[in-house]
Amino acid sequence: MSPRRTEAGGLIDRLRTIRFTFDGAPYTGHAGDTLASALLANGVTLFGRSFKYHRPRGVLTAGVEEPNALVTVLRGEVREPNIPATMVEIYDGLTAISQNRFPSLAWDVSAVNQLGGKLLSAGFYYKTFMGPVIGPLKGTRFWMFCEHFIRRAAGLGKAGTAHDTARYERMNAFCDVLVVGSGPAGLMAARAASDQGARVILAELEPHFGGSANWSGETIDGMPAADWVGRAAGQLEGRDNVRLLPRTTVWGYYDGNTLAALERVTDHKETPGKGEPRHRYWTIRAKSVVLATGSLERPLVFPGNDRPGVMLAHAAERFATEYGVLPGDRIGLFTNNDSAYRAALALKKAGAVVVAIVDVRPELSSEMRKLAGETEAEIFSGHAVIATEGGKALSGFKVQRFDMASGALSGDARSIHADCLLMSGGWSPTIHLASQAGAKAEWNETLQAFLPPKPTTQQWIGAGAFTGSFSTAEAIAEGRAAGFSATGGTGTPAALPVVEAAPGDPDPAPVFEIRASGKSFVDFQHDVTADDVRLAHREGFVSVEHLKRYTTLGMATDQGKSSNIPGLAIMAEALGKPIPQVGTTRFRPPFAAVSIGSLAAERFGDLKPERLTPMHDWHVANGATMYSAGLWYRPMIYGHPGETIEQAYVREARATRESAGMVDVSTLGKIAVQGPDAAEFLDRVYTNMFSTLAVGKARYGLMLREDGLAFDDGTTWRLGEQDFLMTTTTANAGKVMQHLEYFLDVIWPELKVHVTSVTDQWAGAAIGGPKARQILAGCVSGTAVDNAALPFMGIVHGEIAGVPVMICRLSFSGEMAFEVYSGAGYGTHVWEALIEAGKPFGLVTYGLEALGTMRIEKGHVTGAEIDGRTTARDLHLDWMLSKKKPFIGSAMMDREGLIAPDRLELVGIVSLDNQPLNGGAHIVEQLDEANPHGSLGHITACCYSPALGKYIALALVKGGKTRRGSRAYVSDPLRNRFGPVEIVSNHFFDPDGSRMHG
Amino acid sequence: MLITCPYCGPRDVIEFTYQGDGNRQRPQPASQNLDAWNAYVYDRLNPAGDHNEIWQHSGGCRAHLRVVRNTLTHEISSTAFARGDHNSVARHRAEDKP
Repeated sequence: MSPRRTEAGGLIDRLRTIRFTFDGAPYTGHAGDTLASALLANGVTLFGRSFKYHRPRGVLTAGVEEPNALVTVLRGEVREPNIPATMVEIYDGLTAISQNRFPSLAWDVSAVNQLGGKLLSAGFYYKTFMGPVIGPLKGTRFWMFCEHFIRRAAGLGKAGTAHDTARYERMNAFCDVLVVGSGPAGLMAARAASDQGARVILAELEPHFGGSANWSGETIDGMPAADWVGRAAGQLEGRDNVRLLPRTTVWGYYDGNTLAALERVTDHKETPGKGEPRHRYWTIRAKSVVLATGSLERPLVFPGNDRPGVMLAHAAERFATEYGVLPGDRIGLFTNNDSAYRAALALKKAGAVVVAIVDVRPELSSEMRKLAGETEAEIFSGHAVIATEGGKALSGFKVQRFDMASGALSGDARSIHADCLLMSGGWSPTIHLASQAGAKAEWNETLQAFLPPKPTTQQWIGAGAFTGSFSTAEAIAEGRAAGFSATGGTGTPAALPVVEAAPGDPDPAPVFEIRASGKSFVDFQHDVTADDVRLAHREGFVSVEHLKRYTTLGMATDQGKSSNIPGLAIMAEALGKPIPQVGTTRFRPPFAAVSIGSLAAERFGDLKPERLTPMHDWHVANGATMYSAGLWYRPMIYGHPGETIEQAYVREARATRESAGMVDVSTLGKIAVQGPDAAEFLDRVYTNMFSTLAVGKARYGLMLREDGLAFDDGTTWRLGEQDFLMTTTTANAGKVMQHLEYFLDVIWPELKVHVTSVTDQWAGAAIGGPKARQILAGCVSGTAVDNAALPFMGIVHGEIAGVPVMICRLSFSGEMAFEVYSGAGYGTHVWEALIEAGKPFGLVTYGLEALGTMRIEKGHVTGAEIDGRTTARDLHLDWMLSKKKPFIGSAMMDREGLIAPDRLELVGIVSLDNQPLNGGAHIVEQLDEANPHGSLGHITACCYSPALGKYIALALVKGGKTRRGSRAYVSDPLRNRFGPVEIVSNHFFDPDGSRMHG
Repeated sequence: MLITCPYCGPRDVIEFTYQGDGNRQRPQPASQNLDAWNAYVYDRLNPAGDHNEIWQHSGGCRAHLRVVRNTLTHEISSTAFARGDHNSVARHRAEDKP
């Protein structure tokens, strides 16, 4: 038996023992335990170190709002930090570690930060590190010096670097009614709605349905509440129109009743089932939503309220009733309301000694007196706790007479020996989702809480504690009414379940803080004290938004679930204003932490879509190293054994220029532009003329954006009078298509043109080199391919190996080259026929690296140069800007800034020290390795040029044309590469084009 | 957010691409009025309330729609084809059905 496990009771399975480790030490627990309950059962009180002061911290809550007991869960090499121990279900082999401690949780050297509390007060970083350097210990430079140490000392868990192998998936769901929260209110709403035949989804963030009924100790319809909710959930499970989602946190409420939820599918399992994702991201579109999200208990703010052993009253009640764990043997209670008395009684019944009940209210109702009498505790009404004692565990607390009206303490302080102190500062409805949906919270003076207002444009209905109706009987009635009204139905007059519950007035006393000396924590997770809030006020922060940012109150992973209201109350007091005038911040998604993996889901990993060219399998079978470009996979090199990447592409490029090479160009964007006005449309879209292009010819075209900057380039082939085939760069295929569609649909609807994406319909092979024509001649039938039949930029139709092909003579490599297009399904067939025909001529296949090398040698531009900042002139493409017609961008391209003489212009760069150049490296006039400055521009693409026998690059350099022939330097401090270069024309190789013209 | 495409019906915003302010007036192609071009390319209304927008149903029929959306509530009060005559095409289609 674990030291703090009760003899019987709870919803855990005592017959199943689970083994796990925490900080390397082995522990056991039972099926149904959370990490928090299992560790408490083992007598562990110290769970973590606080964010700033490294104070020892225990468990404060029993649920999703836990600010203190954050742990890192390890699965192999994969680590997930900052998970509340209260939300981790234990499984055999669970490995969890504590956070923010060095060298160990018990002995933490940074705990000395507590002594420097005054130094680390609100705004410490702003005050110490912002601004100019004055003296040696101030300013931004000082920050740069200290950052490493501070980042190490302050913080939460460390993220891992290992690849997360888990699978995540996204799901879409539609329903008539989404019920969020499955306490008595949520269960009743789901049942009522499904009775009406509505499609219902019931989402519960905990593993079990039932909410507070699982630990309230109340009776519903004559049976224990936990059994009643179990039965109610069981009945719903059998219904066809109900989907139950346990372990599912609804975290976002968006427009049009679209809600986002995270289902933790396998986190509680030792090994996931076959095909199960770890998390599932649900997008739920609901006709109406029932918010039955309950409420969260608030801590009281008093000195030492963060010591391990101090916890919320209901949390202790829950540990005792649901998990059969006593958080202490000698228990004190400190409260401003009635609800906590039930907790004291539950702990008493579970076997603990309740030593004292401290209530800030001078008068207790007779019902509370009776309950308190049953606990046999000493009653301190009109008293407050002013201090706690102990180190890493509570040993006692001090009480003193307290005047609720003035907040004054009087009389002698008395010490009480205890190892657990329960506190309750009242309850705050969990209004986060309603707030996200745009509802402005309204302060309720009697309940001392922000309540959700009536819904505005969103179709939601509230029920239960969410609306401030804290009793189970009210929750049941409201839940059923909500279920009916969500479906537009009317309630059947059947009797409501009968609830037997402890008495109690839901209204707390308006006491949030006991002002005595010592650190009183408001935000436990970000270590914000009541004094920090007051300091912020003294320094002039009066808006709640500013207060939040300056003190970081409510900004940690728990988003202030327990700290917001006490923080506001203290701020309101400092301002001398009532709480509603101070206002509250609006909640934003997510309600609780969401795994990044679930957001990425199938966009990443196995299920990521990929685009493969028709010849993909051939490339892989023939030794290609594939390279991912967007969604496409393209051959990078066809490496030989033992070759480096550079050796491979140099061999491929050299062979192409010496005999012939072939590359797969199927990824180029291809758009059929057809219709009576197709030529006119292309004249408007391209900077150069297309209406003058003869049928059977192709032309290189350049497009600008509306603002006059270069957009995309490619060749367009005129296949018929009204029929053009446009090609675009691989990366811009989608963008160009949308660009064309926009102009046809919105700007020029009068043009009779239709555009169709045909990228996937054509397979393309570009074959170039001195022997390319001979190779084609050997395999093409139905047409001649000589200079007369197929001149430069000519197009012919023929057949290769029985398959119709379209051949256009154009060149990217600078060689005599041809693009051979066939139907996509015949791509490999044609490719293999070309390979066969090329064998006698030494035809090689080449990949992206050799393609890039040959285009750099020719000085052609790609996306690296058409980068959204360059103009046609910058790229020496001004010869393509027609003066005979307006085109997209023509009116804006001559603006002052776009024709300035010091613009970055395309140049060639030759390495003079015979060392490689790097993309992104800067070009400078004077080399200053110690203090790099004076950039003239940067390198956009680089390679070893086999044609020139040198390392070369393309670059965008200020006043580039005028610098041709001059000396400069490459300055690349990131990669420590400095050296002399020569600036030359971008046309390195065969500048007059004699090779491609033949 | 749901956008009701006149062809395809109500669809999630994920199927659509925002294509900019629907109030922009493109000058005549040959216009040399730089102020007018500047206004077209750069000036945008930023109303707190109803806003005319162009959305493309890029994950569906690819038509461009004129959408009036309230920037405060995200409520969409009307959608129509940007190319007005699509309406008649849609009507013809509806009439073709038996």
